[in-house]
Amino acid sequence: MTAPSATTPTTRPGGARPRAAIAARTLRTDRWWLQPLIIAAILLFFIVYSTIRIFMAKWYYVEDYHYLTPLYSPCISTECVPGSAHFGTPLGDFPFFIPLGIIAFPIVAGFRVTCYYYRKAGYRSLWASPPACAVNEPHKSYSGETRFPLFVMNWHRYFFYLAALILLVNIYDAVLAFRGPDGNFGVGLGTLIILVNIVALAGYTASCHACRHVMGGRLKHFSKNPVRYRLWTFVSKLNVRHGTFAMTSLFTVILTDFYVMALSAGWFDDLRFIN
Amino acid sequence: MGANDPQAAGKPATKRQFRIWRGDENGGDLQDYTVEVNEGEVVLDVIHRLQATDAPDLACRWNCKAGKCGSCSMEINGKPKLSCMTRMSTFTEDETITVTPLRTFPIIRDLVTDVSFNYEKARETPAFAPPPGVAPGDYRMQQIDVERSQEFRKCIECFLCQNVCHVVRDHEENKTAFSGPRYFIRAAELDMHPLDARNDRKEYAQAEQGLGFCNITKCCTEVCPEHIKITDNGIIPMKERVVDRKYDPLVWLGSKIFRRGQVPQTSVTSGHSSGAVHSSGGAGGQHSHAGGSHDPQAELQAQKGVNWHREVPHPTAPAVDDRGKLPLTELTFDRAAAPSPFGDDVTFPLPPEHLNFAHPDQDKH
Repeated sequence: MTAPSATTPTTRPGGARPRAAIAARTLRTDRWWLQPLIIAAILLFFIVYSTIRIFMAKWYYVEDYHYLTPLYSPCISTECVPGSAHFGTPLGDFPFFIPLGIIAFPIVAGFRVTCYYYRKAGYRSLWASPPACAVNEPHKSYSGETRFPLFVMNWHRYFFYLAALILLVNIYDAVLAFRGPDGNFGVGLGTLIILVNIVALAGYTASCHACRHVMGGRLKHFSKNPVRYRLWTFVSKLNVRHGTFAMTSLFTVILTDFYVMALSAGWFDDLRFIN
Repeated sequence: MGANDPQAAGKPATKRQFRIWRGDENGGDLQDYTVEVNEGEVVLDVIHRLQATDAPDLACRWNCKAGKCGSCSMEINGKPKLSCMTRMSTFTEDETITVTPLRTFPIIRDLVTDVSFNYEKARETPAFAPPPGVAPGDYRMQQIDVERSQEFRKCIECFLCQNVCHVVRDHEENKTAFSGPRYFIRAAELDMHPLDARNDRKEYAQAEQGLGFCNITKCCTEVCPEHIKITDNGIIPMKERVVDRKYDPLVWLGSKIFRRGQVPQTSVTSGHSSGAVHSSGGAGGQHSHAGGSHDPQAELQAQKGVNWHREVPHPTAPAVDDRGKLPLTELTFDRAAAPSPFGDDVTFPLPPEHLNFAHPDQDKH
């Protein structure tokens, strides 16, 4: 509020004064609904696909070429097929309703749900809050991320730390995939797909806004922290492409998983380049 | 005028269809106009032509016509834009162009809205706090330390971001608790400022500015005519800074073990719970450091730590009449215009000894 002596129109009596009486929800003439529709279709497809795959509990490992799908890594149950448990089986048996990817999936799902890019994508396309800029949202009230459950979005950094660990596991899996059936060095199409997936995941994780903040964004004096300033500058450059990495890595995860599933189920054979 | 006008080089003028919202707080509607458009014109040119021809009483706010004053914000075909920077060549010749006032703010008339919501929020945002013990003139900063803040200084205060933000655009009731993107980047600018002495800006942004209302849908960045990366470089870093203080497990653990990074409660955040706090009318005054709060304590607080090298007169408010208003009617006022914000007894240029700046090396007092 202004001081009592100010003579701006603010001091006019009365509460909220009327806005321009325009009935239309939006006067935009472009196809503003197209982008959220496409994003919603992609996100829903991924949610359905990954849910089915998580509970499928088969066709996640190709023993000959040591391909493990990222959705089941790390596999740490005694039920994991031989060779797929790269980190042993410390947790023993899982009851039937707990999926084998129980360690990684909540982390990477949480990382993506709380991600600043996916928040934009999800709020716009799945929750229509707002569906597009300057288009009225259908909700009667709005409290944003100020209260439960949505203030949980602020925990993005927890998920970032954990997702960085999962990324290391995925890199380890990718290194193991450079082997042929005889255990010696080997490269196939699957190895390359897994490698591309790792690059996309690493780009997505490293370009994250929480990563940018942790690297140096929280500093007040860059000049006193030259190394962190350089790290921040590097992550800032990646960060501009965060949305691209987010969507690319979504597709590479699906592609990798589908390829491993197809090989494991015997739908087609891996194209081997070396061994 | 028209196709035979010798000054109209290039393409001949065309007739275009416009729909412009006309009305005031009692209501209004979209009215149709057919108007001539010449090559190279912008929407504001067309509005001026309408004022000169069909609609002499059409109200419109404008000033620089160069995209730098931020006055001519309006909604063109539903999109918040500066009308002086919206070229007519971006529309097809048969397209009807709809022009409406900003939807988020109270209407005054036609295309003019009352944007004082933004000035209230600006006044509530704590100003730069000078570092204690460093005299003005002794401030030294490195470019890499200030460049993040400098991006936000490009803001021309057109309030397109404030207008497009669905938090207040679609929910009038959030206006008390939510300051809007323009003031989040102000908070970020000062929190990233290497010499700003306040250490409670994160808490302030969360508790008083309503940073938690923002859900990162990035419309503010989309409409910014200065292309400031409001969300990526301002709001998200500010949210992450709030997370530092409120949600980060490692920072929390570190502060428990090493007992550092703990912020004492200040007048800004004390007495409020976390989350959105509705700032009441009375509470707004205590945040104002801009000289308009009429609160001697706040003014003294703002001056604290500043070494001006001399005794600085305390800022005083101009005299008001018995209704508490400035005497601003033409008939009764003793001057030709509004009182000077510097004081009516001040003439420019000021004598050097009245300047608040003193060079530390050259002016030894």
